[in-house]
Amino acid sequence: MNAPSEFLDYGPDAVLMAGLTGRNWRLADYVQRGGYDALKRILSERIPPEQVVAEVKKSSLRGRGGAGFPTGLKWSFMPRNFPGEKYVVCNSDEGEPGTFKDRDILRYNPHALIEGMIIGGYAMGCARGYNYIHGEIWDVYERCEEALREAREAGFLGKDILGSGFSFELFNHHGYGAYICGEETALLESIEGKKGQPRFKPPFPASFGLYGKPTTINNTETFASVPWIIRNGGEWFANLGRPNNGGTKIFSVSGDVARPGNYELRLGTPFATLLELAGGVRGGRRLKAVIPGGSSMPVLPADVMMATDMDYDSIAKAGSMLGSGAVIVMDETRCMVKCLLRLSYFYYEESCGQCTPCREGTGWLWRVVDRIEHGKGRPEDLDLLNSVADNIQGRTICALGDAAAMPVRAFIKHFRDEFRHHIDHGRCVVAPYQ
Amino acid sequence: MLSNDSLAKIDAAIAKYPADQRQSAVMAALAIAQDEHGWLSVPLMDEVARRLGMPPIAVYEVASFYAMYNLGPTGRFKLTICTNLPCALQGASDAAAHLRERLGVGFGETTADGAFTLKEGECMGACGDAPVVLVNNKRMCVKMVPDALDGLVAELKAAADRGEGATGAAEAKEASGR
Repeated sequence: MNAPSEFLDYGPDAVLMAGLTGRNWRLADYVQRGGYDALKRILSERIPPEQVVAEVKKSSLRGRGGAGFPTGLKWSFMPRNFPGEKYVVCNSDEGEPGTFKDRDILRYNPHALIEGMIIGGYAMGCARGYNYIHGEIWDVYERCEEALREAREAGFLGKDILGSGFSFELFNHHGYGAYICGEETALLESIEGKKGQPRFKPPFPASFGLYGKPTTINNTETFASVPWIIRNGGEWFANLGRPNNGGTKIFSVSGDVARPGNYELRLGTPFATLLELAGGVRGGRRLKAVIPGGSSMPVLPADVMMATDMDYDSIAKAGSMLGSGAVIVMDETRCMVKCLLRLSYFYYEESCGQCTPCREGTGWLWRVVDRIEHGKGRPEDLDLLNSVADNIQGRTICALGDAAAMPVRAFIKHFRDEFRHHIDHGRCVVAPYQ
Repeated sequence: MLSNDSLAKIDAAIAKYPADQRQSAVMAALAIAQDEHGWLSVPLMDEVARRLGMPPIAVYEVASFYAMYNLGPTGRFKLTICTNLPCALQGASDAAAHLRERLGVGFGETTADGAFTLKEGECMGACGDAPVVLVNNKRMCVKMVPDALDGLVAELKAAADRGEGATGAAEAKEASGR
């Protein structure tokens, strides 16, 4: 395990990550912070599962993995009285470029996730859960294995938890390097021991999920928020943020800032405040552009971002999406063509190959951006890129196609002159980064 | 081909899943097999298939789908560096160029002494700690500016000279010599 980074200061608003030092991740530390109190209360007071779901609904918690779907509503889709096995699955396959918050939850506060998943299992009538952990973070996986051992020994997992009659088992599943497995049905295929290729929907996982059984999949940060909601009430959590945007959110700030890292803020905090927490633009340079929600979301120019608040609805109004809360900052020296080129290569590389528009289209996007970057662009290329994007978006089984298309459209829309300059003059308007 | 230790680890992985879902352990089993042998040869994958009761083709499909499996021999130390945009903005392009120059190989290549294989990686979910280098899939090294890279390369080179790291390096050396 790497030594704790210097970024354990998650900011003044931190709730999920408050009081973490990097060393106090064990069960005893978590219990001292009030951990497992929510689970104990639910089990000892025999709070009906429907009431747990209602509390999560009241909190306005929205999925922290990228789509922002209301968590309580998702939980209510599970057929509680379905006979036989049902599953609760955590998506810790954090591979959206710019996103590194779940890694911190898993290594510095793993029991928050475990408690959240047990509560989820109780609320949805599941006896078994899986936590799918990103392949590249082996040491974090090992820590999560240790945390599960601790929870089992303490009686929070297993048969008849704390004498309540409720039984729940939880296991970690280690990925091995495939971005597409962050898509929830690809993730299920992967747990089943197959290639991670997304399933056609419907049926949705709530009716046909893992091993064909009803399944709910939530992101790490989503589950980790649940104990706080139960402990302090849905209304308390909702009031941390804004209407329809409940709670705090961990923002992963990367790129051209003085202090890249994770910052936990109340939803609705101005972007300018987040940028300041991250030390501002590195080297005192001027802000040029920001991708506010992970590489799949549309890029926004500096002036738009500086006038925007960080919550689902405000970012949507500004023309992008909050996504996973990954904020990629680019300063005035960055060439937008070169930035887009690296992202386009990523989607080409990670397309699972199942749907023709994505498999072929991502290659087209990459090759055309590549020739523009290298001075071989043609006058019709911008129209061509938009046309290829049109032919991918909305025409594939999963959202990877959209994720490849949206950045292309947004980069061209907001920085068209820069792309034109590349095509007309064969070089950048700015000196490219090395 | 698999040692008793590896077989025990695979059995522990199988126990995580319902009794009729042994296939769910295939990713773990392939990783365990790779840790022991350095890379996944067809006979090795066939043994995994028998252990899990899967058709061999289903095991090959998984091995070839996920990026961290080695389908051929590698150097004793496989260095994977993320060059995706957030990392690139924080020095990963410099770091990657430094590694290529220092090792004298490009991405996807193995050094002549069989000590290193260099790979370009995609997002490892650690962008705040860029540049990020993963050693043999398991050890994540963060903030790998050129000085830190030199230190890592020196440390691993000494380890390779002592015969540590992944096996299969001799075959990789032979392959790179062709």
